[in-house]
Amino acid sequence: MTIKKFMMVNRKAPYGTVYALESLEVVLIAAAFEQDVSLAFLDDGVYQLKKGHQTKGIEMKGFEKTYGALEDYDVTKLYVDQESLAARGLTADDLCVPVEIMSRAELGKRMEEQDVVLSF
Amino acid sequence: MLNIVNKSPLDRGSLDACLQSAEPGAILLIEDGVYAATRGSAGEAKLKAAGGKFKLFALGPDMEARGIADRAMDGVTLVDYAGFVDLVAEYDTCQSWL
Amino acid sequence: MKFSILINEGPYTHQASDSAYQFAKSVLAKGHEIFRIFFYHDGVNNATRLTTPPQDDRNIVNRWSKLAEENKLDLVVCVAAAQRRGIVDEGEAKRNGKDATNLAPGFRISGLGQLIEAGIQSDRLVTFGD
Repeated sequence: MTIKKFMMVNRKAPYGTVYALESLEVVLIAAAFEQDVSLAFLDDGVYQLKKGHQTKGIEMKGFEKTYGALEDYDVTKLYVDQESLAARGLTADDLCVPVEIMSRAELGKRMEEQDVVLSF
Repeated sequence: MLNIVNKSPLDRGSLDACLQSAEPGAILLIEDGVYAATRGSAGEAKLKAAGGKFKLFALGPDMEARGIADRAMDGVTLVDYAGFVDLVAEYDTCQSWL
Repeated sequence: MKFSILINEGPYTHQASDSAYQFAKSVLAKGHEIFRIFFYHDGVNNATRLTTPPQDDRNIVNRWSKLAEENKLDLVVCVAAAQRRGIVDEGEAKRNGKDATNLAPGFRISGLGQLIEAGIQSDRLVTFGD
């Protein structure tokens, strides 16, 4: 099968809209198709990785654990924009999984390398 | 890359995110994104500040629908849907900054 | 060139499905091929045949069905998104014990793998959303 470079670009916060959850679904399917998958988190998308989701009170399924499970699907390229973290008072210690933190410019370079960019 | 932006720059950060992150290429403004390309607007200032890093396009039918086709800033090329298709074909990849 | 299109929003609220339709028509007019159009999230609401817009408004659903019929397009509705939002074909109705179906002609319900396959098989994948 052809292997293409797929990047899911996450720019939206979790739970307020469905996109963060659906992005993960696409990641898992792309991984099942053995594609070269990466995830970019910038702007409010970095909130998806903030650890300690407790969704009982809003009666929605939490999906923080899924980020931790990505490694089991050989999805290890998680890129996070440094500026977006800083603007939200977050550091790597606040995130639920290990990620590669980089500048916006570096993130843009990674985007340019892709075959397919899906935005959520 | 062809960057497609469909949000007004005064409502959401999509254009900012694109301008700050994307490698040199092209930007196509569609839907509410077209407001960025109007003369004298804050969006125009942002696009001008990007200083030629991107070729600028805006979807003519979306500008006409909003009554702003005659306000298009200098340096932006208006295209129709056929031109939109040509742009997608011309660049290896496209990204919608939703 | 082979194109695929991803539509993430429902009809009549957001312009996404209108833009996607105009884009799709132009892709075909230019002699390109459309490998697949995939409807995801609220985009699955483009596929209900039970809509009745006012006569002076465009009929977004019928427009898709007609375009699909005339050009043999593959319009795919994400199954998980469709189940959540009540977009049902006969198979789904049987499986989930529903008393009605509403999938418009020209659409089919399938999995998210169809989106990834579209990304792999097409030269370009263009997203319309919010």
